Order: sequence, then structure tokens, then C-alpha cells
Amino acid sequence: MSTFKYNNVYIKDYITLVGPDEKVSKLKGFDASINDFYFGEKTFELAEIKMQRKVIDTILSRNKLLESNIDLLLGGDLINQLCITNTAASNYYIPYLGLYSACATFNESLIVGANFIESKLINNALTVISSHNKTAERQYRYPIEYGANKKLYSSYTVTGSVASLLTNAETNIKVESSTIGRAIDFGVTDANNMGAIMAPSAADTLFNHLNDLKRNVSYYDLIMTGDLGEYGSILFKEVCKKKYNLKINNYLDAGANIYKEEQEVNAGASGPVCLPIYLFTKILKDKKYKKILLIATGSLHSIVMVNQKNTLVSVSHAVSLEVK
Amino acid sequence: MNKEEYNELVKKVTPKEHTFKNCFIAFVVGGFIGVLATLIHEVLTKTFGVSMDDAAIWVIIILIGMSSLLTGLGFFDDWFTKSKSGLLIPITGFAHSMTSSSLEYKKEGLITGIGANTFKLAGSVILYGIIAAFLFTVIKVVFFL
Repeated sequence: MSTFKYNNVYIKDYITLVGPDEKVSKLKGFDASINDFYFGEKTFELAEIKMQRKVIDTILSRNKLLESNIDLLLGGDLINQLCITNTAASNYYIPYLGLYSACATFNESLIVGANFIESKLINNALTVISSHNKTAERQYRYPIEYGANKKLYSSYTVTGSVASLLTNAETNIKVESSTIGRAIDFGVTDANNMGAIMAPSAADTLFNHLNDLKRNVSYYDLIMTGDLGEYGSILFKEVCKKKYNLKINNYLDAGANIYKEEQEVNAGASGPVCLPIYLFTKILKDKKYKKILLIATGSLHSIVMVNQKNTLVSVSHAVSLEVK
Repeated sequence: MNKEEYNELVKKVTPKEHTFKNCFIAFVVGGFIGVLATLIHEVLTKTFGVSMDDAAIWVIIILIGMSSLLTGLGFFDDWFTKSKSGLLIPITGFAHSMTSSSLEYKKEGLITGIGANTFKLAGSVILYGIIAAFLFTVIKVVFFL
């Protein structure tokens, strides 16, 4: 059993910070944005660290919390050995767990935090995640100034950082349940086709979540995946229908709906912040949905596995939110 | 649904590149670079009185210099993508790959950064270029002399 129900875990506050491309995207109402990929730093990596520090500082000051008031800091990013989050965390004297599920790290951090809070071992937890288009591009693809041909189904890494504060005191956003996903390999070797790598794991996690809790798809007002993109979403729905006999109508993919058409990003946005920025700046502000299932999808490939032409693995974690 | 069935489905859903359109764009852009090179060559020989052989070398230097400069200024990668590799085949692509790699690793120092990574993308061209040159020389020596 990998599904947990929670009675006293809530999201108290959240901060979103985005980069220049997201600022002019379909989304608006971010807490902060940057105009320059360097964010006043010497390298893109230092800029991403600064982004994380900025969201952590803002969430602490806005809630009048000291470092000593936070029981646990959870976070992750896309860069090797979590160097971004590790370095950002070193600026705070808070017990810290670095997490990696690629683009599913946001949900992983919610699940770890929620389980600690539910078991009353801690009272609150701060989660932080980030991705930076230039640091990711450089690690996973080509040099930034190199003009490689982009595939029609490739995606564009979102620049941004999101911090959220989990607590046991009641708020409007309840973390209701969660499902930890299994690592899934469906034999896809093309790292550009991330939607295809992740779609089977998203479907698997959805099926297990519904099965464990004896729920139907219609129980949720909205099922939202992280960054399957345009083609990954189609594959996800097909796999749900053919393999698990699930028909999904109340469905939306965050990554496919962030950038405008003219931003030329092919399949859409990717990166761990896709899901939370869409959730926090659009879904929660619209107040249209009460029961929301978030399925964060992560492609766990590394450049070594890609170059050796191995099949690529993905994992998806689900978190159910109830909004008042 | 097993892996084979899924990969069939992936093939069906994933959009295909427009090969013909891409080839056409690359053909036109690559041809344009050729025209540009000839123009420079003509100007050098006719106006400045440079010898034919020297002018050919100057053309190469000018094209490499231009693509490196434009890469550094941040334009070339966008054009490169839009031209569907039309800018890749002439020497401009080689210079572009070297400059972009060097820029990328500048922050990691002269030796371990720029030195070790400048030929990250272009290295295979040099290596297999040398091997091919060697093999063809062997063929030439064995069969024709």
C-alpha cells in the first residue's frame, strides 16, 4: 500500500518566483519575477540558488517565522547531486532533506512533509523546489548558445522557484491524501520525448491512487498532471483508457498550458515548478475546483543513461488537495 | 498494454518532422552562405587585388569570424535553429559549435573549462576527419601511385 490519508496536514502559504519567459506566459499573478537569467549573479547556477533563497526568505518573513520555527526543510532541483538546493539550504540553520524525483519533486516534498506532520513527529515543514532553463539546458542538452535543432515534441524547462509551507494548523488548503508512485520503464529511449517516458507512470499512479482509496475518476473536480506536455497528455489518456479502463474528462496538464502559442516551445513546458506555479497562480485563484488531484510526473533520466541508449525510467507521485 | 504496444502508440502520437520542408530551408540557407562567400571572394580579388588562393583563405577567416562573433552576441543559435541546420554544413557550423562550447565553460577556467570543452561538439569532426584523411591517403598511395 503506497497511499496515505491525512487528517491534519495543510498548506499554509506559498511563494512563486518565475523567469522572463514565464512572466509573459499565459499565467500571471506571481509573487516575484526576474527579468534576467543571471539574476545579478555570475553564473546561472548561482542565479538558481538565489531564486531559491529569495522564495524561502519571502515565505519566512511573510509568515513572521524564524529559521528555528521550521522543523524541516525539504527540497530539490534538477541539477547534478542537487547542488542548487544543497547550497541554498546551507544558508539556513534548518534540518534539511534533499529530494530528487526530477519533475515530480514538488509532490515528493509534499508527501514526505505530510507524512511527518500526520505522524505528529513535526509541526511544520518548508518545501522548496526550482528549475532554471539555462542550468537544465546546459546539463541535459547542448551548450546554451548552441543552436541545435529542437524536435517538434521537445519541451522547454521552466525557470522558477516555489516554496510552500506545510503545517498542522487548519487552513483553506488541506492535503487530503497521497500516493507514492513506482519507478516505471516502458521502453522509451528518446530523452526529448519526455511526455512518452512519463505518461505510463502517471497512469499507473492514478490507477493505484483510485484503487487504494476505492474512488472513481469523477470523485475529483480536476486531475492535473505536471509536465506531460501536448503529446504526453494524449498518451496518458490513451494508456488510462486501454490499460486501466479509466475515462478521464476532468483533466488538465500544467506543462501544456503555461506558454503562449507564439513562444514556440513545441510540446510545452517542463520542470518541477510547472505543476506548483499552475496550481498556485491559476487553479487556486480561480476557486473553481474543490477536490484536486495533482499527479507530478518525473522523467528520471540522466545524460549517461541517455548517451548509452538505455531505456528511460519515470516516476509519478499523486497528492490530493481539498480546497475550501 | 505491453511495451511494444505502447511504443507503437508513441510512434503514432509523436509528430513527425517535415523532412522535405526542412531540407528545402537548409538548401536555401546553405546556398545563400555559398553566394555570400563567392561575393566576398569576388570583392577581394576584383576590388582589392588579392590573389585567388589568398582570397579563398580570407573568405574562410571572415565566415568563421562572423559566425563566432554572432554566436557570442547571442543571435546565431536562433538563426541556426530556424535555418534547420542550413547554417551547419558550411564552416560556420564548426565555428559556432566551438564558440558556444567555449562560452559555456568559460566560468570553469582556462584549462579544465575552455581547454577541455571547446571541442566537445566539434571533436568528432576533427577525429574522424583525420582518420578519413589518413585512409584516403593510404588508398591513394596503394592504388594510384
